Amino acid sequence: MKVKTKALSAVKHLIMILLCLVVVVPFYMVFINSFKSRPEAARMSLSLPTEWVFSNYTEVIKKGKLVRGFLNSLTYAGVSTFIGVMGSAMASFVMSRRRTRINNFLYYFVLCGLFFPVNYVTLVKVLSVFQLTNTKAGIIITFTSAMIPFCVFTIRNFISSVPVEMDEAAVIDGAGPLSLFFKVIMPMLKPTVVTCFILQFMSVWSDFLTPLYLSSKSSLAPMTMAVYQFFGKNQQYWNYVFADIILTCIPVIIVYLLGQKYIIGGLTAGAVKE
Amino acid sequence: MKKKKIYPMYFLIIPIVLYVVFFLLPSILGIAYSFTDWNSRSMDSVKFVGLDNYIEIFTSDKNYISGILNTLKFTVVSNIVKLIPALFLAILLSEKLKGKGIYRTLLYMPSILPFVIIGIIFTSVLNYNNGLLNIVLEALHLDFAKQKWLSELSVVWKSIYGVDAWRGIGYVMTIFIAGLSTIPRSYYEAAQIDGANFWQRLRYITIPMLSSAVMINLVFGITYGLKVFDIVYVLTKGGPGHATEVITTYSYQLYSNGQYGLSTALNTVLLVVTAVIGVFVVKKMSKQEVQQ
Repeated sequence: MKVKTKALSAVKHLIMILLCLVVVVPFYMVFINSFKSRPEAARMSLSLPTEWVFSNYTEVIKKGKLVRGFLNSLTYAGVSTFIGVMGSAMASFVMSRRRTRINNFLYYFVLCGLFFPVNYVTLVKVLSVFQLTNTKAGIIITFTSAMIPFCVFTIRNFISSVPVEMDEAAVIDGAGPLSLFFKVIMPMLKPTVVTCFILQFMSVWSDFLTPLYLSSKSSLAPMTMAVYQFFGKNQQYWNYVFADIILTCIPVIIVYLLGQKYIIGGLTAGAVKE
Repeated sequence: MKKKKIYPMYFLIIPIVLYVVFFLLPSILGIAYSFTDWNSRSMDSVKFVGLDNYIEIFTSDKNYISGILNTLKFTVVSNIVKLIPALFLAILLSEKLKGKGIYRTLLYMPSILPFVIIGIIFTSVLNYNNGLLNIVLEALHLDFAKQKWLSELSVVWKSIYGVDAWRGIGYVMTIFIAGLSTIPRSYYEAAQIDGANFWQRLRYITIPMLSSAVMINLVFGITYGLKVFDIVYVLTKGGPGHATEVITTYSYQLYSNGQYGLSTALNTVLLVVTAVIGVFVVKKMSKQEVQQ
């Protein structure tokens, strides 16, 4: 019996290690080849570089317009997520506390957006009416609008668990709606708001379709777009492409490692409900 | 207490207005424009053409139908390919196993990276001459398994499913693990005493108790599958030929060609499909809420 369980756990470890290798080896390949010279990187082998070429990185930052891409991505993800999450939190608060017929309708009405695809062709037209085509504001508004259904869904569920007595006590102490929300409710919502913020920040950061439709000017391109365009122009220079990939991944991996607790918690909140 | 005063409606204005104007309105306008000949040259003089665009989609020799079918096929297959292995992995990683935290973190990692990046990485990994996959196959003396992964008609879809699973399995698995953690151990102990084997425990305890995790994975998976764009676009651009074209890639292509009316018609087809599924799911969720 004991031998059997030991053998079984060895098999389990073997499976997991093999799978982890499948995940890690491509990353390792990209990483190690980003330090090679052009002909060596084109062979894409797993061996260490014969000569470490660190200049790939400085070169790619210049050629790939990565600083601009990084700042654009940061602006889009930061601003749209901030407005989206705060706005959704306020709306969810009222929708959850005042369950009138209109509010319930609005809730399910917004929820439909979880499924609908965005129609980018007509979106461009709508943006042009507001003179927002090819502007940063237009891209930010698009991202904000697209994240509202998810945020409202997640945050409203959470608010139900915040006791109403909190509101009553605050109101008796003379708080108005704004100070009630920002001083009393918002601190209680921190876990779910942070989760929403991180998840949406990362999904805006990763998004590719929106800038593809909305930014014909390369000065508006976020990092994903910059990498893709760079890849299109430099397919023969795998050393640069790999360095570019590493630089684009670093911010997301940092956010992931810092917010891991919240990400997993947020993802799984729905799964453990009931 | 006056509810109207403490929970004012103006809290709703920003999200609702943004949602309606920049999310819903384009969809509705899209339906309207799908009955017109709107294109890059007709900027202000758009003509009503009835069902012409839909007739074009469903009868022309441009294979839009295969794009629609590919989308549906992708939605079904990619979910099966991810959900079933992810369930077994989740079960494996819920049991006592040293280092399972590291395994979980590593397996989840690909799903945080942008699709564009993953697409480019795999353009390299699946390269015929120097790509990692073929090199590994060669080293294992499995030369016969070498393929032109992204340009051979018979394997290109398998490559896409493979890359998609590589990215997505960790995510699905994480949700399953959370679901599994809520099932009381005593259920399994009782089943074990009654002599239930692994498959019986899976069939009669694990799967029924996991229903809400399965539901979440299915909802995310289905909406993702129907809207898939990035991975296909970066890996194959819809090629070879039009073999891996899906609704969204066709729609983008038509948009780039200036055939806006046709593009929105294709989007409207997608909208109808997702709406049918979405309404079904929202109804189910609102029913659950009433029960609570």
